[in-house]
Amino acid sequence: MALDDRKSDFTFVGTRPDRPDGLDKVTGRAKFGADAYAPGMLHGAILRSPHAHARIVKIDTSKAEALKDVKAVVTRADFADVPFQPGLEGEFWNVLENVMAGEKALYDGHAVAAVAATSALAARDAIKLIEVEYEVLPHVTDVDKAMAPDAPVIREGAADYSVPEAMHPNVVRYHESGHGDVEAGFAQADLVIEDSFVTEATHQGYIEPHACLASLGGDGKGELWCTTQGHWIAQKTCAALLGIETSQLRVTASEIGGGFGGKTTVFIEPVALALSRKANRPVKLVMTRSEVFRATGPTSSASMDIKIGMKKDGTITAAEGTFRLQGGAFPGAPGDMTAMCAFAPYNLTNVRQVGYDVMANRPKQAAYRAPGAPMGAFAVESVLDELCKKLGLDPLDVRLKNAAHEGTRASYGPTYERIGLVETLEAAKAHPHYSAPLKPGQGRGISCGFWFNHGGETSVSLALSEDGSAQVMVGTPDIGGSRASMALMAAEVLGIPYENIRVTVADTATLGYNDVSHGSRVTYASGLATIKAARHAVEKLCERAAAKWGIPVDAVKWENGCAVPSGPNAGDFDPLPLADITADMGATGGPISGHFEATPEGAGVSFGTHIVDAEVDPETGKTSVTRYTVIQDAGKAIHPTYVEGQYQGGAAQGIGWALNEEYIYGDDGRLQNSIFLDYRIPVASDLPMIDTVIVEVPNPGHPFGVRGVGETGIVPPLAAIANAVSHAAGVRMRQLPMSPPRILAALKENG
Amino acid sequence: MVEVHLWSGLRSLTGGQQVVEVQAKTTGELLQELVRVHPQLQGPIKAGVSIAIDGRIIATGLTEPIPEGAEVYLMQRLRGG
Repeated sequence: MALDDRKSDFTFVGTRPDRPDGLDKVTGRAKFGADAYAPGMLHGAILRSPHAHARIVKIDTSKAEALKDVKAVVTRADFADVPFQPGLEGEFWNVLENVMAGEKALYDGHAVAAVAATSALAARDAIKLIEVEYEVLPHVTDVDKAMAPDAPVIREGAADYSVPEAMHPNVVRYHESGHGDVEAGFAQADLVIEDSFVTEATHQGYIEPHACLASLGGDGKGELWCTTQGHWIAQKTCAALLGIETSQLRVTASEIGGGFGGKTTVFIEPVALALSRKANRPVKLVMTRSEVFRATGPTSSASMDIKIGMKKDGTITAAEGTFRLQGGAFPGAPGDMTAMCAFAPYNLTNVRQVGYDVMANRPKQAAYRAPGAPMGAFAVESVLDELCKKLGLDPLDVRLKNAAHEGTRASYGPTYERIGLVETLEAAKAHPHYSAPLKPGQGRGISCGFWFNHGGETSVSLALSEDGSAQVMVGTPDIGGSRASMALMAAEVLGIPYENIRVTVADTATLGYNDVSHGSRVTYASGLATIKAARHAVEKLCERAAAKWGIPVDAVKWENGCAVPSGPNAGDFDPLPLADITADMGATGGPISGHFEATPEGAGVSFGTHIVDAEVDPETGKTSVTRYTVIQDAGKAIHPTYVEGQYQGGAAQGIGWALNEEYIYGDDGRLQNSIFLDYRIPVASDLPMIDTVIVEVPNPGHPFGVRGVGETGIVPPLAAIANAVSHAAGVRMRQLPMSPPRILAALKENG
Repeated sequence: MVEVHLWSGLRSLTGGQQVVEVQAKTTGELLQELVRVHPQLQGPIKAGVSIAIDGRIIATGLTEPIPEGAEVYLMQRLRGG
């Protein structure tokens, strides 16, 4: 696809208009996943395994089915026979197995059966009458233990082509990459540090639980309303799991109360559809918070070994990392992504990285903003910080000295195009935060972070109305302000005010296929498609003007919302505003719309640098983040307020991940903290003001220079906070979260 | 001819080669040729790969042109959140 006619001077792009969903959100008019109702609707409830690993010997649903309020009970037998394949090739099988257990329950909270009844209460009562006979099996929840020779095998044959022989069957994917000679590089170093790090699983923590309303008839035609980051993938997956044709299932995405990667797959949607098909009535399913924690995607947990060599002047001579990621009882832990991202900010002659995808008896991991990258950055940037400390070097100068730039060979292989890491580091160095004095007991940490970003399949349709307003239909659920960004980009091309454009997230029956809102792709890919769709409409507007004026269409150009003659030779005509052309469009050739469908392939990678100040209370071990600054390359910020929001959100979630959030499993393999009272995400009083600096190094792969900003912001925080806390506490913190008990233990160990 | 740089984990499938030469004008042809020359690469390619051309990462597209003399890297398919 040609990526021509770049634009760098803007009228609407870069301004900060009010958000289009503001009134809906503050008045409660916005309809989220649980806000849909249908005549004759039933309520579903899911029975979940209390065991971390157990063979399902028998399920007796007769007592539940005998209740008059119960209209359907489903188990695995009510789903399609999806073929098993190793690794991620069999992802539909993996999702089905996660949605409803087959022969074994694989984690505490794994769905085993479901009920639809006339009320939510009746459904919850009914699942208690389902009798499941389990044969409890040994379990494992820790990544290192899951790789050990004596670990219980979760599933034979799940490993794909990549896993070396003689590894435990729980190791299901393996990645190795790099270049140069790391041993020779370490030999050139003045100091080599080798250290190990551990992070726990955290949940995406979206405030809205999974919820849906499903209707599926015996004729194979269905309707699904759900909270999701991607209703086309929900459509495709549900159709496969139910054994129906994809196009016969219409899926509508509700407003979404957060996703962060966790709503890029399905959990309850196929179950609601199966119940509906059996009961022949609509079925609503809403997860409790405990179900969200126990059975939807947390991140992977990780165990990592890092070795970095450095010369006295700060030059990195070699870097090596091993990243073991546990992703629940299914393939998919992003050990490959962790490995590929970990050293990506640096210009390295010698680098080697190894990633493992390991299964354990935990819920199936799901993506969480830059999946895999934050853990790797934590480990790598901690060792870099320690090297700087021991060699007496400024950590920012060392990062600048080794920073990747255009022409650098990336640690994951190819040569970088134009990138903005150096600009973020220079902005960090110039920021008052970096030179501000610290109070006694405080520490300062910095970290860089990298994420790939993504393009993906994208369709956009734009229709003009007679009064000159425009409606834009996109297929990417708005998880970060994309309706505002799309309206701004359409306004820029059409030359009409932002307020005259309404952007709607269309359902699967009214627009072509769209990939999920993930990979920081929406402002990039849907934005590119919106620009192209708007340009398509502009071409037609120019054709109508040319016809009115009786001149060739190439003698007309579009300027500030009007058709104008392209030059003095084209004729002397007054500018023809958009609304004057659309006013009689029905009589001059018909409705004017613009369309664009493609898979944009120029997302452009992204970098950020964070500066954090923290202080530690030596009596309680409580950490306070006292100052935080995010600096990140956005390529071009379409709506800067939303970009700043993404930066602040990444920092806020990173503070939670670094300091408090973790999945805690008992010896019995059961999750101990499945409510927000016990799983502590940061609240407003835990957070400082988070300053932001938007760096703009345009992405050559987007007409306006956009790079995705949704994910990179969560890559540096774990490391930057750990470095700040380590300096404040006077002891290197190697395990996340740095909760008060861990801080106290580290202080005690340090004397 | 296009020099395709593989990630080092694939060397076990190519008899130790980390750079493979194939005749290809597009990303789709490149993948077909890789499998023809080294049938064991079918596994990783089926599991999902991306291709970087002069640093630009092509996530999935099979019709992207490969200019003469371009730097080409095979990469694992990227996944985002």
